[in-house]
Amino acid sequence: MKISENWLREWVNPSISSDDLVAQITLAGLEVDEVLPVASAFSGVVVGEIISAEQHPNADKLRVCQVTDGQEMFQVVCGAPNARVGIKIPFAKIGAVLGADFKIKKAKLRQVESFGMLCSASELGLSDDHDGIMELPLSAQTGDDFRTYLDLDDKIIDVDLTPNRSDCLSLAGLAREVGVLNKTDVTPVDVQPASVTIEDVFPVRIDAKEACPRYLGRVIRGVNVTAETPLWMVEKLRRSGIRSIDPIVDITNFVMLELGQPMHAFDLTNLSGAVVVRMAQRDEKIVLLDGQTVALREDTLVIADEKMPLAIAGVMGGEGSGVSAETQDIFLESAFFAPLALAGKARSYGLHTDASHRYERGVDATLQEKAMERATALIVAIAGGQVGPIASQQSDEDLPQAAVVTLRRKKLDQYLALSIESELVTDILTRLGLEMLEVSDDTWVTKAPSHRFDIAIEADLIEEVARIYGYDNLPSSMPQAAVNFTPLSEAKSQIQVLRSILVSQGYQEAVTYSFIDPNLSKQFLPNIEPVPLANPISADMGVMRPSLVPGLVKAYLYNQNRQQSRVRLFETGRRFIGSVDALAELDQQQQIAGLIAGTRHSEAWYHNNEKVDFYDLKAHVEALFELNEGGKPTYERSECEYLHPGRSADVYVGGQFVGLMGELHPQLSKALGANQPIYVFDIALEAVLNARLPEYKSVSRFPEVRRDLALLVDRDVPVSALESVITEAAGEAFSKVLVFDIYQGQGIDESKKSVALGLTWQHPSHTLSDEEVNNSVEHIVAALSEHLGAVVRG
Amino acid sequence: MENLKQILADALNAVAASESEAALDDVRVHYLGKKGALTALLKQLGNVSAEDRPKFGQLVNEAKGQVQEKITEHKAQLTKAALNAKLSSETIDISLSGKGQDIGGLHPVTRTMERIETFFRGIGFDVAAGPEIEDDYHNFEALNIPAHHPARAMQDTFYFNPNTVLRTHTSPVQVRTMETTQPPIRIICPGRVYRCDSDQTHTPMFHQVEGLLIDENISFADLKGILQQFLNVFFEDDLKVRFRPSYFPFTEPSIEVDIMRTNSKGEESWLEVLGCGMVHPKVLEMSGIDSEKYTGFAFGMGVERFAMLRYKVDDLRMFFENDLRFLKQFK
Repeated sequence: MKISENWLREWVNPSISSDDLVAQITLAGLEVDEVLPVASAFSGVVVGEIISAEQHPNADKLRVCQVTDGQEMFQVVCGAPNARVGIKIPFAKIGAVLGADFKIKKAKLRQVESFGMLCSASELGLSDDHDGIMELPLSAQTGDDFRTYLDLDDKIIDVDLTPNRSDCLSLAGLAREVGVLNKTDVTPVDVQPASVTIEDVFPVRIDAKEACPRYLGRVIRGVNVTAETPLWMVEKLRRSGIRSIDPIVDITNFVMLELGQPMHAFDLTNLSGAVVVRMAQRDEKIVLLDGQTVALREDTLVIADEKMPLAIAGVMGGEGSGVSAETQDIFLESAFFAPLALAGKARSYGLHTDASHRYERGVDATLQEKAMERATALIVAIAGGQVGPIASQQSDEDLPQAAVVTLRRKKLDQYLALSIESELVTDILTRLGLEMLEVSDDTWVTKAPSHRFDIAIEADLIEEVARIYGYDNLPSSMPQAAVNFTPLSEAKSQIQVLRSILVSQGYQEAVTYSFIDPNLSKQFLPNIEPVPLANPISADMGVMRPSLVPGLVKAYLYNQNRQQSRVRLFETGRRFIGSVDALAELDQQQQIAGLIAGTRHSEAWYHNNEKVDFYDLKAHVEALFELNEGGKPTYERSECEYLHPGRSADVYVGGQFVGLMGELHPQLSKALGANQPIYVFDIALEAVLNARLPEYKSVSRFPEVRRDLALLVDRDVPVSALESVITEAAGEAFSKVLVFDIYQGQGIDESKKSVALGLTWQHPSHTLSDEEVNNSVEHIVAALSEHLGAVVRG
Repeated sequence: MENLKQILADALNAVAASESEAALDDVRVHYLGKKGALTALLKQLGNVSAEDRPKFGQLVNEAKGQVQEKITEHKAQLTKAALNAKLSSETIDISLSGKGQDIGGLHPVTRTMERIETFFRGIGFDVAAGPEIEDDYHNFEALNIPAHHPARAMQDTFYFNPNTVLRTHTSPVQVRTMETTQPPIRIICPGRVYRCDSDQTHTPMFHQVEGLLIDENISFADLKGILQQFLNVFFEDDLKVRFRPSYFPFTEPSIEVDIMRTNSKGEESWLEVLGCGMVHPKVLEMSGIDSEKYTGFAFGMGVERFAMLRYKVDDLRMFFENDLRFLKQFK
């Protein structure tokens, strides 16, 4: 809420500077967003009057004006179309300063001398309005200093109020708070009941008492809507960001700002029968003040007459029923609507108004009559009119009741770790307007004032005491609670370890959005229906990712388009598969996924810029499983839609599918615009976090024996099959097998490949004899031949 | 005698002039070999007078020793020079880059999150995680934010259906922990959170670390103490910190924490970095914790905000573009 500091000081004027005041209320929980001057820092501008205005002899669009400051006449050349005889204007005389580098000097415009400048509102920093020069009321005293005339040595304080402090959504509320903080008296505006001069009453009926426990209406006849709103009111409204419209609307806005009670004025001649406060009927139509037609819902409270709805209660009036230029008689409304009945309603229609903002958060339920009288007095004073009696309907049982809340010394001390003197506690609570029903050594039984409907429980009172005492004045310590440490699990890999494995392989960690384009999702996983958001930020962020891969591929493309062709990215995060209709079963598993593309090493002097392939990726996946409890994972051909069918694998641990890896399907890759093969992996994080607790086995002191075997075998026999047959057949002293060469092509049968294997034996307790090793080799060769048709190459 | 002097001088010159081990060997044979010049002198010993014979013999032997010594010395020099020449020929450009993988790096958000976690783990907090697609109850109701509460407008929520949301904070993890654990509770909940907002200073997804401490006799002073320490440790600085009343539906009292920043012109200003407060009694009760017996505090911080301050990143959106030229700055 924006409010003029000078206006605030009319109500409460502590002897502290603006800066201190702003810091003080910020530290009391009323956060000041910004403090702005009400006008730019100009000087030397006075109220002037145009005495004559002639066409410039040498320029079509300029006029030569004679302007008086009340004492002297000045010739001023002016380009504004509205410069005309008789108006009063802000007149910047020679020597006036309008900005850091803008000093008014004597000038010659097309051979005519000009002594000063007539100013627009924007040139003075008053508004954005630069349509011509600013016209002042004729009542302005010619020659007066313009800053003094408009009281421009003032600041706008913009307070960002939290939803619980709607009691401060008015000048009166802010003044009350400033009074409490400074122990300074507040001078509220004096409100007296207006003299009732006519008997006219327009009937009011409340059909929805729970939503509208109180409704006050009053007829005022013969108002002059063409009367001018006084400048002081226009300026106060302007400083709160509200434009002046006509005196009646201005006054209802002014009372809302001043006291916090939203009001509305209807044109009495547009009302038919009675004012009825009721819930809307389904699909009932209303044309709102902003011109849009809205179909109402049954949960919406409306102000209607006997024919049709006239306003969405507490939100916005209707187009046909409000005050217009022809209005003579008005029906003035001052009502209390229950916050719960209005909460969320404005938003549900795409609306947000000053009134709805206040009603949703809560308006003081005792304020309606005071506001009605204040508005009446202002209307009579400014626009005249004959005042009727107030027609009031209310339902006592539906009005909010003041909360009785007890504060215990024990709780207060425990919460704050400080014992604040009882007198001070009582004083703080009393200053805040709480009624002391009962005070003893260790309890305060209080009743909250009607404007503090946020106070409901003991903790609220503790907060109030702490707030006024000052959070910065409260002690600070480290908690003395006994610490229970959980056992340090070594069988759970720290995710940090996995991350550093990838980082040391040159991967950069990425963070991609959890929502992706539904089309992209379909391109990758046509058979998975991704979880759609009801209100996505944009269509291309419409569904929750069923895999981390599409996001990483998008990140790859982003970098490819920025000349970054060697890419290694990984990400950890959740993927989402299932339906929100069965939330408990929805798979929100944590994954670790990676992508590589481009050269194996950064381009450098020592290699031929070979590109990465499947086996680079596989090394990284293997590294992730290196610490794993379940031992090495196994790899099966994958049928994943987005992977190359011949260069992809599903990854299993202990027979469980845990992820996949491989080259992105060339067709998909091409469709996405990738200019080189992309390799990706996507693995359940849980599967790589089960760390193995290392267990020592004694190291053999006896020498290793190595034999190499070259085999001819069918091309489609995987090396893993050779390895398992060998391990099975080799016997107890066998320690490992490795592949040191693969060859297929010239010199061997087209259907075959040659595999060169290095076999190692080592016995824990003796040196192996040639015979032992030869025996083992014989077994191996026989088993390979029997199971896989492998032949030893001569 | 004159002859000996001449031969010795010739021999020493020949040694010094030898440019290879082979040449040196030739010199050795020529003077010291069986048919060498000095050896020949010894053979002529019979022609020398008996009187001079011992003296002459001694002189010849001395000369032989002198030559041999020179040969050994010169040989060592030649070997060394040959090795030096070989090594010199093997010289490489040490300014060329090393071979192998460049190392990558962690995302600044992860780095920051790990830094935050390290502090809180160190003072006995456990790390808890929970689902990101949440039900309305855990994200709002259980945190004292009933339907249509104005606070819901403070957080623009992504919905799947009226009862299912993308969590707007990691607080639901706290609720889930309170539902299943009795105090003392000390947890932090790091993770992704989502709000339906996207502009210069908002991304629809960001990261939070929230914390919760519940025990007997936990006070506002403990909250102030821990957070002040945390900020000093995180920023490696003795920061000026202020605690300012605010409002969150799930805490009472509620607090925002500001730190004092100094810009390049030396101007000071407060910057909000944390929200926190004493856990609202209703929140404790709803999750089955006795609010008479236990009190606690909760806090929450935006990881990106901390990362921006720490690494001087001035554009929030960079965090999610995954531009390698940005990411590679965080090694």
